[in-house]
Amino acid sequence: MRIALLADIHANREALAACLEHAARQGARRLVFLGDLVGYGADPGWVVEAVQTRVAQGEAIALLGNHDEAAVSPRGPVGMNAEAAAAIAWTRGRLDPGARAFLASLPLVAEDGERLYVHADASAPGRWRYVADAEAARRSLEATAARIIVCGHVHVPALYGLTAAHKLIAHRPAPGVAVPLLRPRRWLATLGAVGQPRDGDPRACYGLLDVARSEMAWMRVPYDVASAAAKIRAAGLPERLAARLERGR
Amino acid sequence: MAGTRLAAGETIDGFTLGARLHAGGMAALWEVTHPDHPGLPMLMKVPRLAAGEDPAAIVGFEMELMILPRLSGPHVPRVVAAAGFERQPYLVMERLPGPSLQARLSALPLGAEEVAAIGARVAEALDSLHRQDVVHLDVKPSNILFRPARDGAGGEAVLVDFGLAHHRLLPDLMQEEFRLPYGSAPYMAPEQAMGVRGEPRSDLFALGAVLYQLATGLLPFGDPQGLRAVRRRLWRDPLPPRLLRPSCPPWLQEIILRCLEVDPARRHPTAAQLAFDLRHPDQVALTERAGRRRRDGWLAALRRRFDTDARPAFRRPSGETGAVRAAPIVAVAVDLAEESAAMAEALRAGLGPIVAALPGARVACINVLRLNRAASDAAEDEAGRNRHVQRLVALKHWAAPLGLPEGRITFHVLEAADPAQALIAYATANRVDHIVLGARAESLRRRLLGSVSGQVAAHAPCTVTVVRPRAGAAGRGAAPAEA
Repeated sequence: MRIALLADIHANREALAACLEHAARQGARRLVFLGDLVGYGADPGWVVEAVQTRVAQGEAIALLGNHDEAAVSPRGPVGMNAEAAAAIAWTRGRLDPGARAFLASLPLVAEDGERLYVHADASAPGRWRYVADAEAARRSLEATAARIIVCGHVHVPALYGLTAAHKLIAHRPAPGVAVPLLRPRRWLATLGAVGQPRDGDPRACYGLLDVARSEMAWMRVPYDVASAAAKIRAAGLPERLAARLERGR
Repeated sequence: MAGTRLAAGETIDGFTLGARLHAGGMAALWEVTHPDHPGLPMLMKVPRLAAGEDPAAIVGFEMELMILPRLSGPHVPRVVAAAGFERQPYLVMERLPGPSLQARLSALPLGAEEVAAIGARVAEALDSLHRQDVVHLDVKPSNILFRPARDGAGGEAVLVDFGLAHHRLLPDLMQEEFRLPYGSAPYMAPEQAMGVRGEPRSDLFALGAVLYQLATGLLPFGDPQGLRAVRRRLWRDPLPPRLLRPSCPPWLQEIILRCLEVDPARRHPTAAQLAFDLRHPDQVALTERAGRRRRDGWLAALRRRFDTDARPAFRRPSGETGAVRAAPIVAVAVDLAEESAAMAEALRAGLGPIVAALPGARVACINVLRLNRAASDAAEDEAGRNRHVQRLVALKHWAAPLGLPEGRITFHVLEAADPAQALIAYATANRVDHIVLGARAESLRRRLLGSVSGQVAAHAPCTVTVVRPRAGAAGRGAAPAEA
């Protein structure tokens, strides 16, 4: 069975549509949305509906991200920079009650067999800390018993492996190359972002996990960046949010 | 985790254990059979897992488990089945007949031709690995086997034991597990002793040490115990092979000492280029290395030892552009017989940007001397030799304007009845990455004989560029041509 893992969509309709189509062609039967469906991008309504439909059909799991929380919580954006906060304020006005209720209902973590899905740091999912280096990965791995942790939030693909001697190796995955997640080692994978890549490659990124083979690949999918950026500008959102889609940073 | 108490007659996942062929520090090798694979000789490798064992045994097995099934081609043993540590770990692979190169070490030295023939086959195997993003990092006689040769085919070198190997695109489990750079002390490249993994030219160093051993009967750096002793090779150069064996020809000393350069950048850029030199001794560009009669003096060695500026800085190779792509072998087929000035110029113009952009690229200039199928050999002999020499002279004349130094360009006259087939065979045997050739002018001959460039483009194992001067270009009066 193949599972498509999609994080940090950030209301980017073009990127999500391209990834869903790509994942279907790759034979992905299940989808996991690892939070941050909204924020930054110009299509929150379409994205939430697309995810909600798949969850309702029983083919997907969806998790809460910090932007989703900010978009529906009465507290609003907490600890966000000005651009992110501006985008959240804009987003709040574009979500209908159904979408708001769906986002508010999303869990922080989900376990599926030997795998644990979470948006950010698994040791304290609601604190939204970044897992950007080996030490942070170790904190997540030590806090849970799952053999494989998959998270998003950092918008940069990476893989960390915990050895029998309790040492951590770090690996920068190459696009489309299946990496064996050897048993009984434990692994933490950070996905790249579907809707706002920050590793210098503007293509949308999602994870493809082959459960039987215990192999994971970070797929890169070209999408219509120009349209997504144009909509951000047309919506009057901060210019940098459009420009960074074009640069992938 | 399962224990390792296995016995002959036991069955694991349908594989019945036969004799235990080897019990090493890292793993045991068993002969196995399986009803689904009748007649295929197979080996099962089982890592040692008992408590207190070297963790390198586990990591080495994991690396092999990741890397070996991803490799293809005749230069690695074919993997039949594999299982990881969730149960009894094992790796079942084809069992090659015949002993490893280790068996030859009891009767050294070998003659230069045999050393070169063995070296070329191993270099070709390394080229295959490197093109698949893998560095072996444990090249030594006991890890080198050969497929049986029949009717001039086969005989390929097969590399075994990928426990220390590095895959450019997969996690390197050795990376944090051991600060020790694991490898085999007599053959290990200096940068490997400094902890650099993932440098393909480390394998060329190790092969150089093997060739040194085959040619002289001695190890270039002895058999040092411990890492400090291994690192001595960073500043102490080996005795030149010709000092030990005066019968070792200069070209072989040149090749061996180039492999054993401390700085990877001074070795052959790729395994394919090393294989090329070993296959064409007469074309090896001889440098100061070929004539070296003694080691460097103590003063020079001491300076290298204590003057850190005199040492090469080992860098992790940035994988994005592999060395193989940066240092291709380019074959240019020059049809001297009917070459117009415009075509000669167009061929050089087609080649120029390739060699200018890739300083590691080397060019093999080829001319095919068409054999007359009907002529008797004896009558043709003398005339044939003369034509051969004339063609070489003409090739060098054609190439002179390129201005390439010796060592980056070689010249070859092939004799064949079918030029297209000869070019394709040459490109295959010599790991050529790119063929440049001209489109033959439209003519009665072309209509009768077909297009050489068309055949080569369709069947070559690499990129083919067909060059054609623009019709009516600059008043040169080039005839219209098509591939």
